[in-house]
Amino acid sequence: MPLPSLLRFATAGSVDDGKSTLVGRLLYDSKSILTDQLEAVEQASRRKGRDTADLALLTDGLRAEREQGITIDVAYRYFATPNRRFILADTPGHVQYTRNMVTGASTADLVLILVDARKGIVAQTRRHAAIAALLRVPQVVLAINKMDLVDWSEDVFVAIAREFAELGTDLGIGFVAAIPTSGLTGDNVVTSSCHMDWYEGMTVMEQLETAQVSGDPSRTPVRMPVQYIIEDDGLSYCAGQISDGVLTAGERVVVLPSGKVGTIEAIDVLGEEAAVAWAPQSVSVRFSENLDVARGDLIAAASEPPVLSTHLRTTACHLHERPLKTDDQVLVKHATQTVPAVVTDIVPRTGLADLTCQPGSTELAVNEIAGVTLRTSEPLAVDLYSQSRTTGACLLTDPADGTTLSAAIIVGRSDAHAPSEAAS
Amino acid sequence: MTATTTVTTEQAYLLSHLETLEAEAVHIIRETVGQFERPVLLFSGGKDSIAMLHLARKAFAPARLPFPLLHVDTGHNFPEVIAYRDAVVAEHGLRLQVASVQDYLDRGDLVERPDGMRNPLQTTPLLDSIEANGFDAVFGGGRRDEERSRAKERVFSLRDEFGAWDPRRQRPELWNLYNGRHAPGEHVRVFPLSNWTELDVWQYIAGERIAVPPIYYAHEREVFRRRGMWLAAGEWGGPRPDEPVERRTVRYRTVGDMSCTGAVESSAATIDEVIEEISATRLTERGATRADDHMTDSAMEDRKREGYF
Repeated sequence: MPLPSLLRFATAGSVDDGKSTLVGRLLYDSKSILTDQLEAVEQASRRKGRDTADLALLTDGLRAEREQGITIDVAYRYFATPNRRFILADTPGHVQYTRNMVTGASTADLVLILVDARKGIVAQTRRHAAIAALLRVPQVVLAINKMDLVDWSEDVFVAIAREFAELGTDLGIGFVAAIPTSGLTGDNVVTSSCHMDWYEGMTVMEQLETAQVSGDPSRTPVRMPVQYIIEDDGLSYCAGQISDGVLTAGERVVVLPSGKVGTIEAIDVLGEEAAVAWAPQSVSVRFSENLDVARGDLIAAASEPPVLSTHLRTTACHLHERPLKTDDQVLVKHATQTVPAVVTDIVPRTGLADLTCQPGSTELAVNEIAGVTLRTSEPLAVDLYSQSRTTGACLLTDPADGTTLSAAIIVGRSDAHAPSEAAS
Repeated sequence: MTATTTVTTEQAYLLSHLETLEAEAVHIIRETVGQFERPVLLFSGGKDSIAMLHLARKAFAPARLPFPLLHVDTGHNFPEVIAYRDAVVAEHGLRLQVASVQDYLDRGDLVERPDGMRNPLQTTPLLDSIEANGFDAVFGGGRRDEERSRAKERVFSLRDEFGAWDPRRQRPELWNLYNGRHAPGEHVRVFPLSNWTELDVWQYIAGERIAVPPIYYAHEREVFRRRGMWLAAGEWGGPRPDEPVERRTVRYRTVGDMSCTGAVESSAATIDEVIEEISATRLTERGATRADDHMTDSAMEDRKREGYF
């Protein structure tokens, strides 16, 4: 029997579309909720004067959320079926928490977007789809929820599913499935609906169980940010997690930013010598040559190296209440390297529903997404985000107190040596 | 691209969920050592800290662990667990520091609670030790699946100079970029097992053949009933005269202070039987065994804000 795999997914919904109930249903019907948790929820439901357990209470974590009846932060949930382990990043629905969806989507293999069947595609749905596209989440599933409130109507479902498919095409989302659900009754969440004979597709759980887990490492050139140098008995080992691709013993690789080329003498996968290792394994490697390698360096395929650049064109989502402004000094945290940089330009970005900043604005407010260009004090070895979620992404932090300000994906760069791929 | 070739190449580079979680935890541990001056690993001798120590040793092999261990000893620890702790430290040549709740009680700096629970008393010795040693990163074995308020905990959790956790000040964590920058006096709690479940930890311990203290396996013990749990009779102060002692076959799902860690009735005497039991259980680990979390809906959240894990 193959070992269970791990799927990371995120949920996104609008206010009152029943997301907490649907997630509660997913956990409850997959028997991931244990007796004492359910009893606690039943007691709380009774205190609020309800007859049946309010499944939404299963997932509302912090006291402020329980008091206000809203979800204000990303909450992580864990459940399993015999074939698969799931990590769910449950993100809030309100527009002022766009940053939380960005956070949840950044590591997701799949995003589950909810809409209320009575309301259809709303502004917040467009925002969620735009974020999923921007962060290149490979798979998007649309749950058209509260089907019990539209008499299980096929016409309603088909119209919303069609509109979302068009939106997905416009945004360049690769894979989209739509499922008619009711979190309240459980129809098509874990068990198939007995109210909607016209629907022959998968339930939400079946979709999650058959979704692709990460990409195929053999299709991308190898990248390994160096985290730490292990010194032992006169030997040096470069420790890090392979972020992309496949690393092979005997392979010629380049170390950036120095540009020195070396040969991988041996690969150790946490105590076992291996001829080959791949993303996302944590490994340590030894070079045949005596190369000077340090934390912050990037080991990359010599045939297809990243570009060394001091001018980064990014699309950034601002995460902090204090706005990001043109000419701000920031630190760019990229892979295992951190370098000072200055914000040289902020421009609105199209294709992001209403999430971008105003034209002519020189600042980016919290939850806004825009084009942000940066000039770094030292060259960074970067890929485009479309090539790597690791070497194509970075955080902007405050040099004074370390606060995380913005999340940025790299969409363009200039070559530090031959400025040919400059921002256009 | 045909379906056949996709399946073949995908299969060549698959990882199981445990291999994925292991790679992630090692990445987190190495990031911490790369970003901080003085990390320390909280080691209680419980299964989560045992798994975390094993991951940390693998992360830096063949070199020795580049940071010490810290144990906050409540004075009511299970003797089997203390013996295990000392054996592990000796076997791997580790550095261990102990912060003792008993010392604080003896000096009068802390006062015994009326209910006799000592877990809530751990916070002061822990924070004092962090400050005295200048620890800037503290590895903890906390998992997000343990309790509702932990579901929103970050992997790098920023604490102010009082050790307090403010949910609204926590930094967003995107991709696998962990931001460890902090002001002097502040420190960061690091949770490499954030994404693990109780079952994952046991499956990992089984797969890696790691020894654990014997109290995790079924054994006969003198116990008595309090707050719906089986507590161990012993020097720590239980039972009261109205609490009859019985001899039962039990095991522990968590290891903490004897005053508030309940045993579960169990015949699981091997690790495979433990895994089988956990797979079939209908109670959460903390619901079954921790008196201190039963107090209020927000018990854990309140203690986290004060600087507890």
